[in-house]
Amino acid sequence: MGWSAGLAVLLALAAMALGPSPALAQKQGGTLRIYHRDNPPSASIHEEATISTVQPFMAVFNNLVLYDQQKPLDSPETIMPDLADSWSWDVTNTKLTFKLHAGVKWHDGKPFTARDVECTWNKLTGKDPDDFRKNPRAVWWQNLKDVTVNGDLEVTFVLTRPQPSILAMFASGYTPVYPCHVSTKDMRTNPIGTGPFKFVEFKRGDSVKFVRNPDYWKPGKPYLDGIEWKVIENRSTRILAFVAGEFDMTFATDVTVPLLRDVTSQAPKAICELAPTYVSTNLIINPSTAPFNDPKIRRAMALTLDRKVFNDILSGGKAEISGVMLPPPAGVWGMPPEMLHALPGYAADVEKSRAEARLIMEGLGYSEAKPLKVKVSTRNIAVYRDPAVLLIDQLKKIHIDGELDVVDTSIWHAKVTRGEYSVGLNLTGVGVDDPDVNLYENYSCESERNLTRYCNKEVDALIDKQSQELDQEKRKKIVWEIERRLAEDLARPIILYDRAATCWQPYVKGFVLHHNSIYNNWRYEDVWLDKQGG
Amino acid sequence: MGAYLVRRLCLMVVTLVGMSILIFVMLRLVPGNITDIIFDSAGFVNPAAKKKIEHQLGLDQPILTQYVNWIAGLARGDLGYAYVSEKPAINEILPRIPVTAKLAGLALVFSVLFGVPLGVVSAVRQNTALDYVLRVLSLSGLSLPSFWLGLLILMAFVHFLGWIPIYKNTPESPWQELALLCIPAAAVGFRSSALVMRLTRSSMLEVLRQDYIRTARAKGASETAVNYEHALRNAVLPVVTIIGIEAAFLIGGLIVTETVFNIPGVARFLVEAIRWRDYPIVQNLVMFIAVIVVLVNFLVDLMYVVLDPRIKYEA
Repeated sequence: MGWSAGLAVLLALAAMALGPSPALAQKQGGTLRIYHRDNPPSASIHEEATISTVQPFMAVFNNLVLYDQQKPLDSPETIMPDLADSWSWDVTNTKLTFKLHAGVKWHDGKPFTARDVECTWNKLTGKDPDDFRKNPRAVWWQNLKDVTVNGDLEVTFVLTRPQPSILAMFASGYTPVYPCHVSTKDMRTNPIGTGPFKFVEFKRGDSVKFVRNPDYWKPGKPYLDGIEWKVIENRSTRILAFVAGEFDMTFATDVTVPLLRDVTSQAPKAICELAPTYVSTNLIINPSTAPFNDPKIRRAMALTLDRKVFNDILSGGKAEISGVMLPPPAGVWGMPPEMLHALPGYAADVEKSRAEARLIMEGLGYSEAKPLKVKVSTRNIAVYRDPAVLLIDQLKKIHIDGELDVVDTSIWHAKVTRGEYSVGLNLTGVGVDDPDVNLYENYSCESERNLTRYCNKEVDALIDKQSQELDQEKRKKIVWEIERRLAEDLARPIILYDRAATCWQPYVKGFVLHHNSIYNNWRYEDVWLDKQGG
Repeated sequence: MGAYLVRRLCLMVVTLVGMSILIFVMLRLVPGNITDIIFDSAGFVNPAAKKKIEHQLGLDQPILTQYVNWIAGLARGDLGYAYVSEKPAINEILPRIPVTAKLAGLALVFSVLFGVPLGVVSAVRQNTALDYVLRVLSLSGLSLPSFWLGLLILMAFVHFLGWIPIYKNTPESPWQELALLCIPAAAVGFRSSALVMRLTRSSMLEVLRQDYIRTARAKGASETAVNYEHALRNAVLPVVTIIGIEAAFLIGGLIVTETVFNIPGVARFLVEAIRWRDYPIVQNLVMFIAVIVVLVNFLVDLMYVVLDPRIKYEA
């Protein structure tokens, strides 16, 4: 018995040594087929603010650093080297130096150097004459004073003050490094990167094709021969096509909660993960128009919101009810529930809140017989219109008679930016689960993406304060204080953060869906197809 | 005939000039332009950058200058550059035309092949069970929206065959392409065939009551000869007119069908271009469609002469 047990152990060890390790299990080859929900506005990630561009084109590029593609939560701890092998801060925490990987080449064969990094950020900060046609995340780099190059393989970012979050911005799918020698115009139509896949063609409204980069600087990667995207604008068609096995993967978060039931029943083997989209449905109130310049009315409007109703009707109860930052467990920075419920409009007893709201409105001279008439503006898209209708119903309960004002989608942002609305229903996507990204973009006085032009210098000071805080726990407390102030000021009250599913066929391996951002995990260099095993 | 042709050609030119003005003005009356959409997709508006792009695209020029530039370009065969893809508009439009042409052609063939014979049968067998079945079929064709029918077809294919007949850019053979186009062509042609069938039926019923049909029968002509040589030839004129009009209306039907079956044709592309306010694409594409419609109507008018020798345009 003794010798046979020993033999068994030896055999087991031999089998383990000879058998395929997880790292060797990946199969090379095959083309990943994914559908796209619409036509990407361009191929230039830096010029766009939509998943429609990031999801297909992220595979062409590399970042300096990147969120770990194999971990579902993006956090400061999951930032990994990409083009930068390492990075370090100076003692003042204002100089961030990256040591770059040697021997990296652009897809056109030219060598990648620190100059390319310098060029990219000079374009982002408007210092390059060939700057971007539009620069939606200019506010991310407002603290960046200079980029200095130390030889071909070292680059230093000089900041005006400490900003730990800058690494989070570098790690986003929105922050690839662009080549110096290719114009911004060409990057919109014919992008060149250093990434695992080379761009082949972009047929507008039809398809986007990528092929494996055989000279990719990460040995053995990528595993796929290529990626083919097919644009299918009709949602029913594309979901049916996925069910029929025409595609290996759906577009990110394209499967809504009601649709998920259909997909899982018709394609039971498909893997579907429901995750927060980090797109908030929010109420916008124009504080410069009467009577909404009266904070009492804005408070009454916050008090009438019944977020559970929105969640149940729109998202089958699966959405996240939260403040500005995505709540835990998916979100890293969101408030704990007990703190959230203490904010105006978040109390569990909605009827009690509404009674208070009615008293406020009656004190201002409004009643059921004499309601405040208002137009509730929103974009002419179902995901905007549906919550707007619910909002109108809830406003009615506090003597506000809302009328739906659907605005042509092309002029929605222009109209809101010009302040041509009183009350509106808007959707806002957040690129990275990070306070600097969310707060500076949407609530700081100087941001171009602060659509409502909310401006509170004290809040701005707090945003700067949290931005410089190196201790994450201390920083969270400042962020929660900002959340409280934003809720009291009724700065774009968040109604909910929706959830939606992304599905893939069981033979698609090596893909990990990220749960607190939809913008950062589309490099596809770890993805492989196991069709025999599927 | 020669004078008629010259007059018609002149009228066609006038119509097309009128169309060009209408398209150009109406497009600019729609709220927003490409710069609004460009910034909308980025979730913000930067007025200075917006102005810069408007200047680059010539959108800040007076509307008359823009119109003259467009027409001058058209005359030179230069359709300009698409705003969205920044590629020559001609390169964007041309590859999509054959796909839509094949689809529209198949849909028309479907509507004629089914509509005309079934209309004749329905008229000849008036008030029989077959007539009732065909009338219900034609009514359903007129009342079923093509997007609904298209989706129903797709669902049936996926459910029963586990396969979806959406368009592939690289069909394995012309036969596969034909097979893939036949299904959407049937979906879009169903409505046209129903219309053609109803019109053929009513036109045939009217003709079948004419004296010359009775005379033909009295002469001992066979039923087939009466129905197809005497009656149909006289009944077909309004049917040809409606087929001509339907050819123009098909574009509208194709927008939905191309979307549902994901066919990369001009109809779907036109809608996308309108959504993006991609003026060079929309203007040139609508003008192209206008030319086709005008030409089809012209051909229909000429066909009258062939079908009915009594028609003389000089008279």
